[in-house]
Amino acid sequence: MQIDFKLPSLGADMESAILTQWLKKPGDTIHRGEALAVVETAKGLIDIESFHDGQVAALVAAAGTKVPVGAVLARIDSETAEIVPSAAQVPAPAIPSAVVLPKREASAMTEVTAPRTGTSGAAPHRRPISPAARRRAHELGIAAETLAQTAGSGAIHVEDVEKLAAQAAPPAAPDPRNAMRIAIGTAMARSKREIPHYYLAQAVDFAAAREWLTGYNSRVPVGERLIEGVLLIRAVALAASKIGDFNGYFRNERFEPAKSVHIGTAIALRGGGLVAPALLDADRKDLKTLMQEFSDLVTRVRSGHMRSGEFTAATITVTSLGSDGADVLYPIINPPQVAIVGAGIVTERPWVVNGKLLVRPLLNLTVAGDHRVTDGRAGSRFLRVIADLLANPEQL
Amino acid sequence: MTSMEPKDLSSRVLTLLSAIAPDIEPASIDPNRDLRDQFDFDSMDSLHFATAISKEFGIDIDERDYVQLSGLRKACEYVQAKLASPV
Repeated sequence: MQIDFKLPSLGADMESAILTQWLKKPGDTIHRGEALAVVETAKGLIDIESFHDGQVAALVAAAGTKVPVGAVLARIDSETAEIVPSAAQVPAPAIPSAVVLPKREASAMTEVTAPRTGTSGAAPHRRPISPAARRRAHELGIAAETLAQTAGSGAIHVEDVEKLAAQAAPPAAPDPRNAMRIAIGTAMARSKREIPHYYLAQAVDFAAAREWLTGYNSRVPVGERLIEGVLLIRAVALAASKIGDFNGYFRNERFEPAKSVHIGTAIALRGGGLVAPALLDADRKDLKTLMQEFSDLVTRVRSGHMRSGEFTAATITVTSLGSDGADVLYPIINPPQVAIVGAGIVTERPWVVNGKLLVRPLLNLTVAGDHRVTDGRAGSRFLRVIADLLANPEQL
Repeated sequence: MTSMEPKDLSSRVLTLLSAIAPDIEPASIDPNRDLRDQFDFDSMDSLHFATAISKEFGIDIDERDYVQLSGLRKACEYVQAKLASPV
């Protein structure tokens, strides 16, 4: 059976990507989870993995072209039974808006594109404009109507707007983080528009967790040490598997609980922006394994090379400001997820323990929940389970 | 090995730093400044840096000593001192 291998959406903010490299050629064997292509998005280079075992039948999209989400990249002859409707039942979307990039610029940032090549059929009189492009045009003081009437075909994207602006104005210093900022803005605007958030906060005595961590780290070589963040990830994973209504997606007007717990971990990029790839099955892995995988994930984020599965999998997200952040953080849910847990910095504060005033390291934990799925009562219970686990780190 | 040219040592430490943080332009590093202030170094970066130094120079680094690796120059001085008098 032949299966269409399509460009997946790697986040609510993604509209297209540049196909930078094929990792397989027709006739090659491919396994489920194996990378077939590399694409470039605002988040960096990402390996796109196959969901099937089989053989590569044809490469449909050409390396160096820009492809929209959902477009067919390749066709795979699969040995396994197909669950989704076959290509015969669902007409495959062609790639009308594919943009051929000149070779030299193919590896440059997403903001650089060449003029669109002609596509079959008559060019529409007015070109559609993507929401992000419309916003960018507004920022740059260009009327959207002017854009719609420009020559060419296919939808107008952010880069077209910037190209037009660059032609009109003297060249400004390039901003490589711009695409990232727009991507974050798009996803967070959608979240704030669609998700009725509620917020809860709880201060957690972090002394036990710190003491346990210091003891653990003093017994193992430097390369096997843990960081505080991994304790939090593990605690959230266990709590999410215990209290199910925070783990999953809100789609098609209803909550779909997820069977596995994949923790999206917000990782800040130097110079601005962040990505939130997932640590898979975090509830079923011990701290040592989670730490190794988290370490590997951060390393690949820093070098700009991630896997598509990591971007589509997260069922709940954890975000922490690190050691020089604010005391409390009120996070925004990453749609279609329904909850996010935030951690401020651990600071020493006066705290009452058994009627005595003591100085303790406190961690302010917050949760943002989706009111379409849960309410503050359930959220409090969820937060309490996380806090209890951190207070009893040997249970992690 | 107890004697090493400071220049040689600092270039080795810089190489390690570039390997664990490939998103930092090596030429842009101010050796006297804190890496956290300069490049948003977080706890994972600090751990990676300590691990790389420990492996490269064969020295054990206590978790409490991470603060001494917070800048490029400080890290070189720490390694130098460790190599001179291994505990």
